[in-house]
Amino acid sequence: MAGIHISEVSKVYTGGVKAVSSVSIDIADGEFIVLVGPSGCGKSTLLRMVAGLEAISAGEVKIAGRVVNEVEPAERDIAMVFQNYALYPHMTVYNNLAYGLKNRGTPKAEIDARVAEAARMLEITQYLERKPRALSGGQRQRVAMGRAIVRKPAAFLFDEPLSNLDAKLRVSMRGEIKRLQRRLGTTSIYVTHDQLEAMTLADRLVVLNGGEIEQIGAPLEVYHAPASTFVASFIGSPAMNLVRGELHGDKLAIGPAMISLNGFAPTSGAVTVGVRAEDLRIARDDEEALPFRLEYTEELGAQRLIHGTVGDQQITAAVSPEIALSAEMRIAVDAKRLHFFSLDTGKRLPGNVPAEAKLAPVEPVL
Amino acid sequence: MVENRPFLTFLTHAFLILGFLVVALPVYVAIMASTHDVSTLMSGPVPLLPGSHFIDNYSTILTSAAAAHGLPNYSHMALNSLIMALTITAGKIAISILSAFAIVYFRFPFRLLAFWIIFVTLMLPVEVRIMPTYKIVADLGMLNSWAGLTVPLIASATATFLFRQFFMTVPDELLEAARVDGAGPMKFFRDILLPLSRTNIGALCVILFIYGWVQYLWPLLVTTDPGYYTLMMGMKRMVTAQDGVIEWQLVMAGSVLAMLPPILVVVFMQRLFIRGLTETEK
Repeated sequence: MAGIHISEVSKVYTGGVKAVSSVSIDIADGEFIVLVGPSGCGKSTLLRMVAGLEAISAGEVKIAGRVVNEVEPAERDIAMVFQNYALYPHMTVYNNLAYGLKNRGTPKAEIDARVAEAARMLEITQYLERKPRALSGGQRQRVAMGRAIVRKPAAFLFDEPLSNLDAKLRVSMRGEIKRLQRRLGTTSIYVTHDQLEAMTLADRLVVLNGGEIEQIGAPLEVYHAPASTFVASFIGSPAMNLVRGELHGDKLAIGPAMISLNGFAPTSGAVTVGVRAEDLRIARDDEEALPFRLEYTEELGAQRLIHGTVGDQQITAAVSPEIALSAEMRIAVDAKRLHFFSLDTGKRLPGNVPAEAKLAPVEPVL
Repeated sequence: MVENRPFLTFLTHAFLILGFLVVALPVYVAIMASTHDVSTLMSGPVPLLPGSHFIDNYSTILTSAAAAHGLPNYSHMALNSLIMALTITAGKIAISILSAFAIVYFRFPFRLLAFWIIFVTLMLPVEVRIMPTYKIVADLGMLNSWAGLTVPLIASATATFLFRQFFMTVPDELLEAARVDGAGPMKFFRDILLPLSRTNIGALCVILFIYGWVQYLWPLLVTTDPGYYTLMMGMKRMVTAQDGVIEWQLVMAGSVLAMLPPILVVVFMQRLFIRGLTETEK
């Protein structure tokens, strides 16, 4: 059990490509941190630097208070779960689990006990004598996790462990990873490009873009108060609508329409306005609204996504499937649900944090 | 592809059978020749039906025939061939798998150059560089020794290249997982790479054993002491008989026997051999 402190860590590849620049994250003991971002954002590189599989160009990584920059992966007291599982194909499941312990000179009896315990936890006891080839994708994933668990490391590092599984299995394994991590209370860093996985697993998520941190925060905090247009468009599905708007005093002009903000305007002039699809609704006749031209719809069952334009800008709204649609509609939004971002930097303009962001985080019931 | 054209089937089979006959006929003739006596063979073309001297010829070649030509006896030469083939096989595999391991998994200066230098030697057959090789071996005083017979043949660019290609298909994550599991380079090599290369090693054993077994020119050059004669050289000496009469029936019997070890190796290693050439265990 241990915290991980990443301070000012950079990775520069030969040739000058900067994959990670000056990233700092403090991870508390037992915390589940998810690094999320598009491919090429440096999230895997960062994880691999913590693991010791990549050299650290600058900065410092501390695990349990010890600087590990020059320490071999095996000596860092971490365990890693790889995307393609990386099971040893010629060894039985038992030997796959036991290999790391054997290399450490753990007594045979203890290896047996630990493997048995991990296998029971992951329900792979009946496969211990099989080779990985004879296992399904989900079972291999369990073995890969088992290999991490038996070591009882200070931290788990997950590198997109679920990307090779089919959608249904991914959801159930996701739940299982969360349950296991809660039960073991081991500090974890989890890398994914899937924002849904990030939202559901994380205690805190770290959104990375172009090697830099865009935002660190609890999932709901990030969802409700994205720090930049990048985070706004990356977290949440469908992506947050981002349109150009202009602030005139307490009024916001989007294309041809003008709505009042009831004092929520953070600045004046041109801004990027963000609004979640589910915060848009069909307007009542007597309220200010945006003229919406419907282009097509997507059915999600519980919701219906309507895609169309306001002026010349794309907007997606999530509405109840019961609502009748027509080619021309009026949609409304509460001013306090709007997000404003600087047009130049894409950074959030301070002044309004929606009430939801202040919700207390859900305590795990376990 | 599902096709049902009887004529094509007939044609392909005809070609197959023809090809088989072309390849098998010399071997068949050799076997037939080894069952006749010397006068039958000297008096005309080799008969295509078995004769009655099978036991005579084979017992002669195994016991006394070689001595008549001033050679060590047959089993001694067979043993020499075996030692040479096995040493070459084991040496080639050990050296090439380690060099491939170094080239693929270690970052050292001129790594690529090292690989290309090894690779370029593929282009030069032994015969082309036989003069300098002989000179070096002679200067090192390795003529008429096991070392002289085997060491110059022991490096293998082909095997190094094959192992390199195989190692490059082994996912990097496997190495990384092993590093996290506390395996150093040699431990990774022994515990993971070596077992994964099993089928490749098997396939190469077959090829390299045959390569070593049929070596003729090199042993001929470096050994003058009959104690080191191999089967291939012995057969050759028996053809150049002093008295003018070449005992073809004995030469043929000796050749047929000399074919057996490679055949046995192929038969017993066939399963591994085919797997090694066609699939990777992943």
